[in-house]
Amino acid sequence: MSVVFGRIYTMRDWFFVGLASLTVFVIVPILSLVVSQDSTFHVSQYWVTLIGKIMCYAIVAIAMDLVWGYTGILSLGHGLFFALGGYAMGMYLMRQIGREGQYQSDLPDFMVFLDWKELPWQWWYTDQFWWALLLVVLVPGLLALVFGFFAFRSRVKGVYFSIITQALTFAAMLLFFRNATGFGGNNGFTDFKSILGLPITTPETRMILFTLTGAALIGTLLLGRWIVTSKFGRVLTAIRDAETRVAFCGYNTVYYKLAIFVLSAMICGIAGALYVPQVGIINPSEMSPANSIEIAIWVAVGGRGTLSGAILGAGLVNYAKSFFTQAFPEYWLYALGLIFIFVTLFLPQGVMGLLRKNK
Amino acid sequence: MTTSVATVNESGVFGHLATEGLDATHGVVLYLEDISVSFDGFKALNKLTLSIDVGELRCVIGPNGAGKTTMMDVITGKTRPDQGSAFFGQSIDLARLSEAQIAHAGIGRKFQKPTIFEHHSVFENLELAMKADKRVRKTLFSVLSSSEKDSIAETMKKIRLDDSSDRIAGLLSHGQKQWLEIGMLLMQEPRLLLLDEPVAGMSEEETERTGELFLSLAGKHSLVVVEHDMAFIGKIARKVTVLHEGSVLAEGSMSKVQNDPKVIEVYLGR
Repeated sequence: MSVVFGRIYTMRDWFFVGLASLTVFVIVPILSLVVSQDSTFHVSQYWVTLIGKIMCYAIVAIAMDLVWGYTGILSLGHGLFFALGGYAMGMYLMRQIGREGQYQSDLPDFMVFLDWKELPWQWWYTDQFWWALLLVVLVPGLLALVFGFFAFRSRVKGVYFSIITQALTFAAMLLFFRNATGFGGNNGFTDFKSILGLPITTPETRMILFTLTGAALIGTLLLGRWIVTSKFGRVLTAIRDAETRVAFCGYNTVYYKLAIFVLSAMICGIAGALYVPQVGIINPSEMSPANSIEIAIWVAVGGRGTLSGAILGAGLVNYAKSFFTQAFPEYWLYALGLIFIFVTLFLPQGVMGLLRKNK
Repeated sequence: MTTSVATVNESGVFGHLATEGLDATHGVVLYLEDISVSFDGFKALNKLTLSIDVGELRCVIGPNGAGKTTMMDVITGKTRPDQGSAFFGQSIDLARLSEAQIAHAGIGRKFQKPTIFEHHSVFENLELAMKADKRVRKTLFSVLSSSEKDSIAETMKKIRLDDSSDRIAGLLSHGQKQWLEIGMLLMQEPRLLLLDEPVAGMSEEETERTGELFLSLAGKHSLVVVEHDMAFIGKIARKVTVLHEGSVLAEGSMSKVQNDPKVIEVYLGR
């Protein structure tokens, strides 16, 4: 095995992984928890949450890059998979509230409000953490499997696939807006109290979630690198460049596209599950078509077809977003649109392409 | 020319491809009988009947729209015939297999326009084409054995690209791309090779070498060459089939075909 890994990951890769691990597992926790709040080196709760959030987005960006940058399938519904993972985790967090809610009932507050007497079937076993974790990957994975199977088998490609995925996430959003669907309607889930018995808002719990997210990001990056350097990865890029030729070489491209699409959806689910306890809310607006388009913009900005580019893009765009939404909230969407147009016209390879050119 | 989306047989279980052995005991590798295909009323193929023997090098010529490309589409599963049957060997019914399954069964195809993987190296192009278990899981964990590396190196020598192993295929010359595509076909170890205008855009020297390559391949493989370049056909042809309006107009040696009055009329008349 070591021979195999020696070829896949270069020394440079390990250097960056080491650096990232050091930052996420040692430096930030110390600066946030140990260093006193008065020190200039103290990392505030705001930053821990912001970086944690951006790391979740970076995981999604890698997942998106695998299907778009490497396989050439532009999915504009990846926000749905992210939201589904978030909802699965949210259900567990709602059940963790127990009788501490406003109505002091065993049922989540919104169900009491709707005058429901018992848990609907979707909520069965959601008080079990392991079941919630299973839902986090299985629900997005299954949806991607069924949807992808029919789409790829019918040879739905290019812009048509993008539009259908937009419609899919839009339809899901409308479904989740309904109270009767059983997921809290337009309010979604919020007011979480604890996770695995730990109070959810303390700096220590926040830090655990932060390091878990960091670990997930590093893991996703290593997994992604392994995939794209494997023969399977080369088949994916070949599908992007000349799908007919791949089929005539004897590969059943439907299953290749399906495999990477499902894996990508599951990774998004995990990112969503890590996101929800950190930001403390999940509602159907996460499924809005614009959110999914934004994911594509992260990848385009960073550079399609490079995994580090995806991370970089997610970081840059979201940092800009948090800056803009505080400084000039009404101009963010204009700025986003301009960034996208600029990148498409002048940086087709994204920021990574720019960095590579100057090397 | 063909824009219709073929319906594909999805009898394969998840990622599995039904591969039967080729049964060519009667000396025939491909047998087309009464094949008809029409697009919006236009008969691209009209009761085409054609058979190719094992190890044969067959040249197919015909004016534009004679149905040459459609014939290849039918053989490779890209287009389904409205009528008639297509058999690979004695037992493999091509009409019931998907493109990938047909490729697996041993039919390789070179397109009119060279289609290679432009962003992969020459080596990787050949690696992807190589005969192997092409299911998702096997491909994910695949590691090249030394004999596989040797066979890739051997093919690179055959197509004279052995000094461009790590070159990105998109940077090759047009002729080299054509050769790479032929090399990719060879990596699949096909029993039957379909070559659509293989020397289009090649220099005279490259054309010459391609002819030599094909002659050396015949015998081990069966080849069907569709070409407009009559000088090239004249050099390699043993048996020529002339297609016209979707069916066979004449068949035989080059000189016999050239002197056939029907052929002369189609090519020169009107």
